[in-house]
Amino acid sequence: MRKFVIGVFSFATILIILSGCTNSAMQDTEGTTANGEEVTEGSSGEVNSESSEDSIKIGALHPFSGVYATLGNDLSDGMKLYLDSVDWTAGGKTIELIEEDSEADPQNSLRRLRKLMDQDNIDILTGVVSTAVAYAIRDELDANQLPFLTSHAGGDDLTRSERSDYIWRSSFSSWQVGNAMGEWAYENIGDKMFIAAADYAFGREVSASFKDAYTEAGGEIIGEVYPPLENNDYASYLTTIADADADGVYAFFAGSDAVRFVQQFHEYGLHENFELLGSGWLVSEDLRESIGEAAEGVYAASFWDYNLENEENIAFREAYEEAYDRRPTIEALEGYDATRILVETIEELNGDVSDPDKVIEVMSQVTFDSPRGPFSFDTDTHHVIQNMYILETIMDGERTENSMIETIENVQDPGE
Amino acid sequence: MDNIETIIAQFINGLSYGMLLFVITCGLALVFGILGVLNLAHGSLYMMGAYVAYSITVSFGFSFWVALIIAPLTVAVLALIIERTLLHTTYKLGHLSQVLLTFGLAYILHDLAKLVWGANVLSISVPSLFSGSVSILGQTFPLYRLIVIGVGLVLAIGLWWIQNKTRWGAIIRAGLSDSEMIGALGVNIRFVFTVVFVLGGFLAGFGGVIAAPILGLYPDMEFQTLILALVVLVIGGLGSITGTFTAAIIVGVLETFGRYLVPEISMFIIFALMAVILIWRPHGLLGKQVTEG
Repeated sequence: MRKFVIGVFSFATILIILSGCTNSAMQDTEGTTANGEEVTEGSSGEVNSESSEDSIKIGALHPFSGVYATLGNDLSDGMKLYLDSVDWTAGGKTIELIEEDSEADPQNSLRRLRKLMDQDNIDILTGVVSTAVAYAIRDELDANQLPFLTSHAGGDDLTRSERSDYIWRSSFSSWQVGNAMGEWAYENIGDKMFIAAADYAFGREVSASFKDAYTEAGGEIIGEVYPPLENNDYASYLTTIADADADGVYAFFAGSDAVRFVQQFHEYGLHENFELLGSGWLVSEDLRESIGEAAEGVYAASFWDYNLENEENIAFREAYEEAYDRRPTIEALEGYDATRILVETIEELNGDVSDPDKVIEVMSQVTFDSPRGPFSFDTDTHHVIQNMYILETIMDGERTENSMIETIENVQDPGE
Repeated sequence: MDNIETIIAQFINGLSYGMLLFVITCGLALVFGILGVLNLAHGSLYMMGAYVAYSITVSFGFSFWVALIIAPLTVAVLALIIERTLLHTTYKLGHLSQVLLTFGLAYILHDLAKLVWGANVLSISVPSLFSGSVSILGQTFPLYRLIVIGVGLVLAIGLWWIQNKTRWGAIIRAGLSDSEMIGALGVNIRFVFTVVFVLGGFLAGFGGVIAAPILGLYPDMEFQTLILALVVLVIGGLGSITGTFTAAIIVGVLETFGRYLVPEISMFIIFALMAVILIWRPHGLLGKQVTEG
């Protein structure tokens, strides 16, 4: 009897661990439904679904399930907001948006991409949150000459060693996010810094580029810790940091990790001795309410913030809030901007997107004033050139707000 | 850096993390030890406790203390419904069907919670009475963490006392050894099982409320917790409150020191410990006592 119990127990444990790691069995079903809905939503946006010759098909690979589900939804909402504003037409043709659930899973994404190419015959692809997904579909895109505008995934190599003629990026690179803060931190915070970053590719890349920029400016990194992703208790790391003789802590965490890290940093009293710095995701729009007052005094580097006071951003904020009754996040902006780039490209081509080389040629020349500031592509690296902003989180009545304290203009990824 | 203050500070960190693990795991251990039902929906009940507490405090504006009573009760009612409608039919069918049933339930509750509360990260603030920090040997500790240590201790003693020193405990233990016999002696064993399962649900919900200010609320929180809870259960021994308590403390302290000394392999240490325990003592550290008792 007991042996049997232990057998069942081990079976169950394995089941849980497997599901915890990938959630694959579940997400397959979830994916199909999410997908079914999304496809209908996409086609309902069409004014007339006449023959395919009169419409341009934009494929979007977003994670609608799994850990990145909220990011996928915000990207999607941002895209639809812009498409609504141009009435789902560009260059005299109807825009058809076909969304697929990437599940942030490389293998599944590749399958979905093939479906988009073979069954739906999409003309252009956009989306992708996970860098792993972007790398996984890279060769397929390159071989099929399908223009791809990455609207989120920030892994450096996508526009460096893995660069392709057909892959462009309108979001950010790890380098831009980390590098922007290096020099500023040395000049404004102090010459000794501690690094704490989530132990995965993106966290490592961002903190490494911060480290390079900071040490180049003259600062010294006196310690580093890399807690695992989805770590739930930072007490031990915080005690280690508390003993260090640093002026500040540069932290890269996102999502639930960021909420816990910033809260516990405050609870353990580290804010009394150290400044807390990080990327925009540490105190992003959708997390600050959960973080609460602990976010006060955090410095973050980002390429957009809700509180940027330029004409485009004010209009974007208003339109988004009216459409969805909530504040836009950085992902919503990414979807919005990416769609604008695609629409302007199609306009410029008068709706003829048959030649992929022409599409990327025209796309590379797109410049405009985005809610994030001036937007243009670096035609060598295929990566966006944009302003980076240093933000400080301040109390505004009951809630916290990010306030822009410095602009670092036209930050350009070195591309190598 | 390796001074005695730091080591003591890390030990307190480990202790509070371990106690938190115990508060989360004890309901699972109780149900498994007494009913022989491995409730894989335990993590989900824990999650429901946290989310209901969130609704009570944030959406309806009641205090943390109201949530601390109402949320576990709500979860207990949910556990009652699950036991009466679904689980009680599987007692005769054996463990495999129970595992599959509760695992399925976990997914249903997962989607339900996502539907109701969304996929964003939420948090509950620490009650203002315990929101301060205290300084021990020059290190700052959040007061709430120390309170959690106390809560864990009280809970452990209470459960141990009920299980070993009361008539109820005796009936429950007898029911596990031979439920037909105890039925013949005039005890309504079905009722006893229901009560235990509901109590397990209550404890899961209680754990959810206590842990929420520290761990936060987000989709997948229940699976993360369930894995840790199962590890604690395996190390401690199946169906032993003392074992679960010991294991929770060991895991908490070990993981904390692991993160401090060898951060790269801290998670690995815990799973390695579990593997070693399974080979060396397949019944867990203190599991044997229960088999005999």
